[in-house]
Amino acid sequence: MKVLWREMLRIRRFEEMVASQYAEQEMRCPVHLSVGQEAIAVGVCSQLEPEDLVYSNHRAHAHYLAKGGDMTALIAEFYGLENGCVGGWGGSMHLMDLKAGFAGSTPIVGGTVPIATGAAWAQKLKQSSACTVSFLGDGCFEEGGVAESLNFAALHQLPILYVLENNLYSVYTPLEKRQPPRELYKVAEAMGLKSLKGFGNDLEEVLPLVEQALKWIRSGEGPVFLELSTYRWPEHCGPNDDDHLGYRPEGELQRWQARCPIQLAQVNLGIDEIERSQIEAEVKQEIEKCWQQALEGGIPKAENMETNVYA
Amino acid sequence: MLYREALNLAYHEAMTADESVVTLGEDVGFYGGSYRVTEKLYEQFGAHRVIDTPISEQSIVGNAVGMAIGGLRPVAEIMTANFALLAFDQIINHMAKLPYMSNGKVQLPIVVRFPQGVSKQLAAQHSESYEQMLAAVPGLIVLTASTPQAAYHGLKKAIELDDPVIFIEHELLYNKKGEVDTQARFDPFKAQIVKPGNNITLVSYLKMVDDVMTAVPEIEQQLGVSCEVIDLNSLNPIDTDTLKTSLSKTGRLVMVEEDHKTGGYGAQIVSWASEHCFYELDAPPLRIAGLDTPIPYNRTLELASIPTPDSIAQQIIQWGKQNGL
Ligand SMILES: Cc1ncc(C[n+]2csc(CCOP(=O)(O)OP(=O)(O)O)c2C)c(N)n1
Ligand SMILES: [Mg+2]
Repeated sequence: MKVLWREMLRIRRFEEMVASQYAEQEMRCPVHLSVGQEAIAVGVCSQLEPEDLVYSNHRAHAHYLAKGGDMTALIAEFYGLENGCVGGWGGSMHLMDLKAGFAGSTPIVGGTVPIATGAAWAQKLKQSSACTVSFLGDGCFEEGGVAESLNFAALHQLPILYVLENNLYSVYTPLEKRQPPRELYKVAEAMGLKSLKGFGNDLEEVLPLVEQALKWIRSGEGPVFLELSTYRWPEHCGPNDDDHLGYRPEGELQRWQARCPIQLAQVNLGIDEIERSQIEAEVKQEIEKCWQQALEGGIPKAENMETNVYA
Repeated sequence: MLYREALNLAYHEAMTADESVVTLGEDVGFYGGSYRVTEKLYEQFGAHRVIDTPISEQSIVGNAVGMAIGGLRPVAEIMTANFALLAFDQIINHMAKLPYMSNGKVQLPIVVRFPQGVSKQLAAQHSESYEQMLAAVPGLIVLTASTPQAAYHGLKKAIELDDPVIFIEHELLYNKKGEVDTQARFDPFKAQIVKPGNNITLVSYLKMVDDVMTAVPEIEQQLGVSCEVIDLNSLNPIDTDTLKTSLSKTGRLVMVEEDHKTGGYGAQIVSWASEHCFYELDAPPLRIAGLDTPIPYNRTLELASIPTPDSIAQQIIQWGKQNGL
């Protein structure tokens, strides 16, 4: 458990480093930070095998890191360098680390959901023991392709876990202005998926839910839909805070910050300040080292501009 | 006035003048739009006319079609061109064709607006241009705006029209400043002579007009010529009269566009010119366009994948020298 707590802290400190370095303007990609949502990425990915696949969206850093994606290559990608996880051709919104089973993230909302569903079909056809996880947001749930995918997965009992991170907002528009009052996971249930719901900021609540879901999926009783409530702390896109814009009710952010996933787990696990500062130091060292290594990469070559347009 | 303010003014006037005008899209209401184009409309006209939609592009355009059939005049905003792809079924299969397929029983006074193009390191899925596809669809009018003046008059006209209009903006133009004369008789279907000249006709639209204008002094100096710069403004229909008059004078055509070169919009212009102005031309036309690759993330390569003022000047100077200038 402490390892998982450490992983959440590692992601938090990583995102904070991204935010602090962003100001230098070297790194230009639109960054969608995962601060506040770490327990979901870690709670889900920590229970997967390396060969299980994770598909993600625009807010992908935490998923990538939690699935074991290479940190140096992630940083290098932000800077558009050759040693980036996709060679500097994609930036923050287009991540991939196949070795770690991070199958890919794209920023077209809903884009990876049917792709993940197809990947699960391939796993089933090959009688693989691996499964697929598809991360999506509450806004994403409104795209037509998501409904089409849930239907297809339920019809064919595909080995896939849809994890809906319900952070109550799509950019500046709150959920209640976009969907009628209802439970999102109940929609999936009505579509024929086994569906679960929980509080996504509490690692101890997330873990058994994921365990149950994976048990169903691995025994051929999938697919499963898991809705986890959480909250994004920073602005939708970028390194700053945007609470002053007034699109979230006053005090809402603070109430969620009081239920910080890292703080909650620290208390539950009884991690004292001495242990914490030791782990903080290790994490800091790792991030700084990766940052340094990442920046040693070169710029992708213009003569390769057309290289991967076709096979 | 800023480009985005000019669009906003057009909205305000159109919505004030005609209660059937409504607008819908992601974040257009309470927040005032990703690029602030719909700012204050929500406060002034209310949530039933300024509609914050779910994240559902296909339905945004589909709903607009139904609203139009129901007697409204919807203006749909899509955050960026790449997201409009999710709505292409509604745009092409339904919006463009229903008036024809219904034997004229329905009219669809709809505007679908979105920005497109390379901004700054938004990479392959947020940087593309799709005017070439949409201009190829019978039943759609495709307008662009490269200045606040064109934005104001273009959007107002688009809202007044009884045909579906695709109104294309550019990510980097929203904060462009320029004069807006609301009383001017500006016809968005007419190509604008941005700068008159005698020896080369440079045709462009959207942000590339600015890049062409930046390149012009260098071209004129190096080649000792004067360039005529034309902003097409309307991509379908095309103001061929203005093109023909210019080509008759200059005898040379350069087409500059940001989209991919193969099948790019400029191919249509060059094809038209070779069909209709063959005997006016003194040199083979030159097309300057984006590479036939997705837009790369790395900033250096991103800029290398589309025309820049520098690359425009260099290519035209070289072409000019090879062709007797
Ligand atoms: C097809 C499409 N439509 C709109 C957008 C713009 N957009 C980017 S992220 C986002 C919010 C999606 O909200 P949600 O799925 O809840 O994810 P969150 O940002 O809250 O993590 C939107 C609308 C997009 N990238 N793609
Ligand atoms: Mg959300």
